[in-house]
Amino acid sequence: MSDPFLGLPPTALAVLKGAAVIIVVFPLAAACSMAERKVCAWIQGRPGPNRALPPLLAWVPGIWILQRLGIFHLAADGAKFLFKEEPLPDHVHRFYYVLAPVVAMVPAFTTMTVVPFGAFFGPSGEVIPLMLANVDVGILAVFAVASLGIYSLILAGWASNSKYPFLGGIRASAQLISYELSMTLSVLPVLLWVNAPGSAGTLSLVRAVEFQGGAWFIFTMPVSALIFAIALFAETNRQPFDMPESEADLVGGFHTEYGAFKWSLFFVAEYANMIVGSGVFTLLFLGGWNILPGVPLSSLIGFLHAATGSALWLHPLAVGVISTVVFLGKVFTLIFIFMWVRWTVPRFRYDQVMKLGWQKLLPLSILNLLAYTIGIALIQN
Amino acid sequence: MAVIQVQRKTLTLAERTYLPQILGGLMTTLRHLLSPVVTMEYPEQRPAIPAHYRGVPTLVMDPNGREKCVSCQLCEFVCPPKAIRITPGSIPEASSNAQVEKAPQAFDIDMLRCIYCGLCEEVCPEEAIFLQNQYSMSGYSRAEMVNHKDRLYELGGTLPDKHFKWEVKKAAEKAAAGAGGHA
Repeated sequence: MSDPFLGLPPTALAVLKGAAVIIVVFPLAAACSMAERKVCAWIQGRPGPNRALPPLLAWVPGIWILQRLGIFHLAADGAKFLFKEEPLPDHVHRFYYVLAPVVAMVPAFTTMTVVPFGAFFGPSGEVIPLMLANVDVGILAVFAVASLGIYSLILAGWASNSKYPFLGGIRASAQLISYELSMTLSVLPVLLWVNAPGSAGTLSLVRAVEFQGGAWFIFTMPVSALIFAIALFAETNRQPFDMPESEADLVGGFHTEYGAFKWSLFFVAEYANMIVGSGVFTLLFLGGWNILPGVPLSSLIGFLHAATGSALWLHPLAVGVISTVVFLGKVFTLIFIFMWVRWTVPRFRYDQVMKLGWQKLLPLSILNLLAYTIGIALIQN
Repeated sequence: MAVIQVQRKTLTLAERTYLPQILGGLMTTLRHLLSPVVTMEYPEQRPAIPAHYRGVPTLVMDPNGREKCVSCQLCEFVCPPKAIRITPGSIPEASSNAQVEKAPQAFDIDMLRCIYCGLCEEVCPEEAIFLQNQYSMSGYSRAEMVNHKDRLYELGGTLPDKHFKWEVKKAAEKAAAGAGGHA
């Protein structure tokens, strides 16, 4: 496996990669929160946050664009969360109460390391993914670590020692367990197809992307994609599956008792989970860094090379940047859809969530798996 | 009493999957996303205030620059929250408006008490007090929220007058005096 990090000692590499995740994901998640506020505002016919502007920057020409987009509100909110008082209620289990937001961050950031976000071509034309930890278990690592995120919700709900957070925690655990099953089952057809007989078995997300040079899996496996998308909404606690928070009936759900920086950690973790979830959906069903169905990355690069006659396009750096841009474009489109759905669909009742999960999605995903297993067996043999 | 039995429509498969409805809803929100905003960015953009809006009560002058209030105190008495306090005063003989006889020495409206009911405007026999289009009142202290006479005239300005009744009185007095002189 080629290492793009110039042979640094492993410890330094680990620190660098960890810092990279935090430095990139934290602002991204925060930017998502501002995007959410803006999308919400536009859908509701409002301009959204557009006032804050540090007086020191007011002279910069064109700064009003950033001001209108609310960028400085974002900075002000972040600074506020850092510096405001950290309340620690008397009635909580202190250790677990403080632990819960940290537990929320760990899976959110850890899954980020195994998601490939771009690729370039090695000397012999092989695809080298851009990712922090190229582990062969790929998708399994994502599922295994991402499902740990539920512990933070349960811990927060229980450690708050108060009824609404407790109910929120209970709902979160029930919901996440219910939808985890459908989610995993819906991905299996993709992996069955990728692991064709005769090829080396792998669960790597990179392989899934390479298989989508032609048709994307969302076209060949629409039911899987639909189930995965619905389960993704549930797993990331997004509307219409906003059970753990349910601000209409549970005040703030599991984070009712949290404030200041600890609360913002939950918030960032939620958006980080959304980013990872959208990333995995993009890799599995939307062709990853292939720009269009039927146009794999190598064709795009070849076309650019032929069209401009410049060998610059073939440089690994250029390829890496192009693929990353394509991938991130898809991820942000998906995140926009997350927000779009949130401001469209009302929240389900708890019993509706359970009924949908166990009585509709689970049988559907099992049937889907059976149908594709038989189909793939017939085609690939 | 007849009971009308309404048959509950059985849902089609498409309706039961709930997905076409969600897509329809998404289209609706997309339309709103792309349509212009309907709100007003307040301090910079101000709403157009319709005529006869009941804003902050103000005192007005007539087109000759005479203060119309004659300090009859009807508004003070009618004011339900007792927001108005008038100290009556007399107009000196030398003034060109001496025929009016009285004018307020002080006229205070406590805007922390005012309920914008408009009874003062309704009761005023002189058409001297009007609730006009000023809708935003703020201050840093209770004292600042009391509008004194000069502030009330500043807010009120001048309104057209149909009657000029005091000019009519003055002319009548003058005519009477002139007639008496000749008789």
